[in-house]
Amino acid sequence: MSLVTLDLPAPRDGFARRLSDALMRRASLIVLLLLAPPLLWLGIVYLGSLLVFLGQAIFSIDEFSGTIVREPTTATLLELFRPANFDILMRTVGVATAVTLLCALIAFPIAYYAARYAGPRAKAGFYLAVMMPLWSSYLVKVYGWKLLLAREGAISWFAGRLGLDGALEAWLALPLVGGPSLSVSYTGMVLTFTYLWLPFMILPVQAALERVPASLIEAAGDLGASPGYTFRSVILPLAMPGVVAGAVFTFSLTLGDYIVPQIIGTSALVLGQAVYTLQGTAGNIPLAAAFSLVPILVMALFLTLARRTGAFDAM
Amino acid sequence: MHAPAPSAAVSAVRFAGVVRHFGSVKAVDGVDLSIAPGEFFAMLGPSGSGKTTCLRLIAGFEQPDGGHIEIFGETVEGLPPYRRPVNTVFQDYALFPHLSVGENVAYGLKVRGVPRAEREKLAREALALVKLAGLEARRPAQLSGGQRQRVALARALVVRPKVLLLDEPLGALDLKLREEMQVELKGLQRALGLSFVFVTHDQGEALSMADRVAVFNEGRIVQVGPPEEVYERPATRFVAAFVGAANVIEPDMAAVLGAVPRLYSLRPEKIALLAHAAPAPAGAAVVEAVVVDVSYQGPVRRLAVRTPGATLVAAVPAAQHAPAPGETVRLAIPLAALVPMEGEPKGGGA
Repeated sequence: MSLVTLDLPAPRDGFARRLSDALMRRASLIVLLLLAPPLLWLGIVYLGSLLVFLGQAIFSIDEFSGTIVREPTTATLLELFRPANFDILMRTVGVATAVTLLCALIAFPIAYYAARYAGPRAKAGFYLAVMMPLWSSYLVKVYGWKLLLAREGAISWFAGRLGLDGALEAWLALPLVGGPSLSVSYTGMVLTFTYLWLPFMILPVQAALERVPASLIEAAGDLGASPGYTFRSVILPLAMPGVVAGAVFTFSLTLGDYIVPQIIGTSALVLGQAVYTLQGTAGNIPLAAAFSLVPILVMALFLTLARRTGAFDAM
Repeated sequence: MHAPAPSAAVSAVRFAGVVRHFGSVKAVDGVDLSIAPGEFFAMLGPSGSGKTTCLRLIAGFEQPDGGHIEIFGETVEGLPPYRRPVNTVFQDYALFPHLSVGENVAYGLKVRGVPRAEREKLAREALALVKLAGLEARRPAQLSGGQRQRVALARALVVRPKVLLLDEPLGALDLKLREEMQVELKGLQRALGLSFVFVTHDQGEALSMADRVAVFNEGRIVQVGPPEEVYERPATRFVAAFVGAANVIEPDMAAVLGAVPRLYSLRPEKIALLAHAAPAPAGAAVVEAVVVDVSYQGPVRRLAVRTPGATLVAAVPAAQHAPAPGETVRLAIPLAALVPMEGEPKGGGA
């Protein structure tokens, strides 16, 4: 064996190479080039329009002419606390809380199975099963649930076959959660939301659980912790960032939705519907803007509380 | 935990014909061993040789597919880890990231329902024992690798195990720290009088710390004994090559040297480099060899040399004149340094 040495020409020195040289020497320049277009879009188009809209909340509407009075006032914001409006807020937050809790309860075992027990094939199936509903139309799914929940629908039929129609009737007779049928009750609304947003809870929880090294679970057992104690003291705290991330999705998606409550649910408005009507038919942009501030504040409060309880300690 | 005071006749850990397979792979293939109370026992072998699986069988993370395991005379097959009087220092330390150093160390005490004041005191003492006093409030992420290692040690020791299991605990540390920890671990083990079972693939580590070394290969123990014995008198070709990289002398080469033709091992440092005119020392065979490669290693120089019968490695004092590759040298091989081994003359391990 012998090494052949060749006299290779140096690579040609064009404009692109000189540009590369400049970028190599100044890393901040390349960051600027990469981030400028998306930041301009986000800053001006996205945040800008949001702020302009939210800024309307300090204006009010003239009750006679229906025109916007462009003078700063707290009157519009205070209007949120009128019983009719405050009911809308409480109702919406209540539904969002119920949806989030239900999603967390259903998602955790599924995510736990996928993260700790599923083999490669089962995991592929898991991802497919979780993601597939996201590929189909949101409206189709909502109308699908309307049919499932209807008085003559599959759920009632199934309850009847199982001899549980009495229990279903009793549930529907309950004051807040009940109604003439599941498809026009808060129960139905919460079930539909839970179905729609479940993937957004499963995926972050599964990712968080997957990041828990198996050796930590072994270490807990090694130190004398029973599986139940290990779950409470190690697995659950380490999965909390995932649960909170999932809850951010389920909670905020529910707070902002105005289609599901329109198709499934009672005639009482939720926040999304209120914003929709106020900015549309009612033409009350200031109050719509005031309503829109609520989810942002609620989410900020939620994240602050989550931080306080140490949900992010493991991050 | 169980009451101490085992009689001297009871082994700390006893394996009888233990088998563990994963699918068609026999990770542990019929292992018998007996570890004495207070013994520092090293399990040495290449990766995949079954040493870690043996450790996990003692800890209870694995259950045997066959055979019998006892810890201080009590049968432990079928017992989960949390019912065994042993504790583990994990290779990746496995510290709980959401708990402080103090809470990590006190975890096993909390599980056992020790009152808060008591467990904080015990955790402080355990941290002082591993020279980390005052770091209770830190998070594991704020510690260096060496410090994490000590926290893991304190966390395992604070619950007073009957046997401490260490799974390559020094693997992630840099050389200087590793040597320090070796001395400290050995001192700690002597002071506590505990049985330590130490898994490593580093033969130097095993030889320097252990009272006895078990050399693993392909799921079996190929030799058990004190470090000197394993090093000086390797039982098989594998042990000779894995522990200290000895030369293997085939029977025909042995005949050339004037020894009984059979399989021997020969430590590189036993081969001497002779000056050209020097007479042959008594009881040594002299062979001429061509130097293939020279590498300087501080106190010694390792020479790869080719003799008519074999390629040998010799370790000669670095102070001696260094031959150049291609040079012909004279080597003296003391016949007493040839250690007979079991096994087939050729084939298998190279």
